[in-house]
Amino acid sequence: MEILVASAVGVLTAAGIYLILRRRSFPVILGLSLLSYAVNVFLFATGRLMSGAPPILNKYEEVAYTDPLPQALVLTAIVISFGMTAVVVMIALGAFLSSRDDSINLSEDGTAAGDDA
Amino acid sequence: MNHLVIAPIVLPALVAPFIIMVLRYHMDLQRIFSVASTLLILAITIALGVQAADGTVQVYELGDWPAPFGIVLVLDRLSAMMIVLTSVLALAVVLYAIGTGWDERGANFHALFQFQIMGIIGAFLTGDAFNLFVFFEVLLIASYGLMIHAGGAKRFQAGVQYVVYNLLGSTLFLFALGTLYAVTGTLNMADLAVRVAEMPAEETALLRVGAVMLLLVFAIKAAVLPLHFWLPASYSNAPLPVAALFAIMTKVGAYAILRVYTLIFGPDVEVTAGLAGDWLLPAAMITLAVGAIGVLGSREIGRMVAFAAITSMGTLLIAIALFTPASAGAALYYIVHSTLATALMFLIADQVMERQGGRIAARPVMQQSGLLSVLFFVAAIAMAGMPPLSGFVGKLLVMDAARDHDLVWWIWAVILIGSLVTIIGLARAGTLIFWKSHGLQDTADQAVVVDDSEDLLDGTSQAHAAQAAPSALPLVVCFGLIGAIVLLTVFAGPLTRYADATADQLFTPTAYIETVLGGGQK
Repeated sequence: MEILVASAVGVLTAAGIYLILRRRSFPVILGLSLLSYAVNVFLFATGRLMSGAPPILNKYEEVAYTDPLPQALVLTAIVISFGMTAVVVMIALGAFLSSRDDSINLSEDGTAAGDDA
Repeated sequence: MNHLVIAPIVLPALVAPFIIMVLRYHMDLQRIFSVASTLLILAITIALGVQAADGTVQVYELGDWPAPFGIVLVLDRLSAMMIVLTSVLALAVVLYAIGTGWDERGANFHALFQFQIMGIIGAFLTGDAFNLFVFFEVLLIASYGLMIHAGGAKRFQAGVQYVVYNLLGSTLFLFALGTLYAVTGTLNMADLAVRVAEMPAEETALLRVGAVMLLLVFAIKAAVLPLHFWLPASYSNAPLPVAALFAIMTKVGAYAILRVYTLIFGPDVEVTAGLAGDWLLPAAMITLAVGAIGVLGSREIGRMVAFAAITSMGTLLIAIALFTPASAGAALYYIVHSTLATALMFLIADQVMERQGGRIAARPVMQQSGLLSVLFFVAAIAMAGMPPLSGFVGKLLVMDAARDHDLVWWIWAVILIGSLVTIIGLARAGTLIFWKSHGLQDTADQAVVVDDSEDLLDGTSQAHAAQAAPSALPLVVCFGLIGAIVLLTVFAGPLTRYADATADQLFTPTAYIETVLGGGQK
């Protein structure tokens, strides 16, 4: 199971980073989502991998339990990354609609802004 | 527990949705509530600052859960100082935005502004690493909205870059936190400090990886070279009053570096000793140098101020990277100065841009050119660190703190030459914008100016540009900020004593740790 989880995190991260380095905003946003999946799985694994164990201590007998805190962290991270993805999609859409261009780079050799627009 | 500690977070968190849901179509009421809330936050933070000034550490346990299990807010001298600074800056920016009408150019300025304040103050107050992440996200998501306020193609494109860069930073932050949790089993900062100090040296490989990733995240926020690329494009394309508020956001990164690498990975912890300082110091020096060159090379005033902000971050991070009590004291004095000076510079740049466009070039004399040139002159003196204003005092303190360091000549050379180059850059811009315009034939360039200002405002607010008599409020705000900088200079003695006491508190974290883990003062 360790190999599976580790390689999943690795592949997701690699794919995410590759996509983020693309020039158009759609692959970049996909890459960001893949990265956030990778980090969610990674966070989940920080409480040590265990299957079929309850996330509560049992004070009457010695049973295996799994750490509940990473699960709470993952939930928070999922909610936040969901909201952020929605925001970046909207902003990218705004950028595309206002300039008819979905390139991540600033137009005009990147020197940006102001009265040259 | 003292409930005042959480008040500056709860108040904007209540006011912002109220503004969105109830006052959506009432700009006047929005303004009243926004200013009132900001004033109230200022009063609360000053009260908290007075409480923290004697060196006591206050702990606020959310939900009354004791420290390593629940989330805590911690008020010590450092966080008190930072939240007072935040609320002073917020008041200046919100008044300026109202005075110039920037808040009317897009939807929900005041609500986003309140959320932004909430996020920043929360990041300064929290004592839990994961909660720090959450407040980072709160301040970032509000800043995305503010960044693209008033719209325009260029601003949207720069906004996409800014958001993508920061989302990457957030992901890295989560990876770092996950690593730290996997190694130590806790995310409370005080508890982390205890566990990291107890950890046997041979088991700390992962811990060091986590520490370095965390440093990278904060370096992105603080715009340290080579992670500064987002800053010039985003700040110069954001509405400049918003960029003035963003002056405190780079400081959030600097604050986090100072907090985490004195408390958790302090200079006494063997396994990570020197880890932050050794990397940060050269990076900070290069940051300063590149910022100064950027000031000299900018063709556009917003971009020039953005590079000036990078310069001041370089100076600040040099002071932080030395990691001695003296240098931290200098850094704390400089943090206040550089936040106010950068914000002032952005506000002046905004007024110049509104009147004649962003390019640094001679144009016919603009309205209130005399007043603006005085403001620019004083702000440039403060920004470049010339006597007699507080930038000079701050740089002197930083250089004095570096005196015993091995690289002292390098540090002094970079700071002094960087200042010289910044002065030349600012002087060039000021000369072109304010002096050379008097030699021009007014009529010859009139047509050009009209074209430019239309382009500049992206058609969103030509009505404002056409307004005849500008309101006095923006100038009052600018003079108020200058007043604050003068006060900072006049009261440099008491302030440096406070900063040094803060630095001592940072470098002897036992009181902090004991208060947090001991359940605080009930």
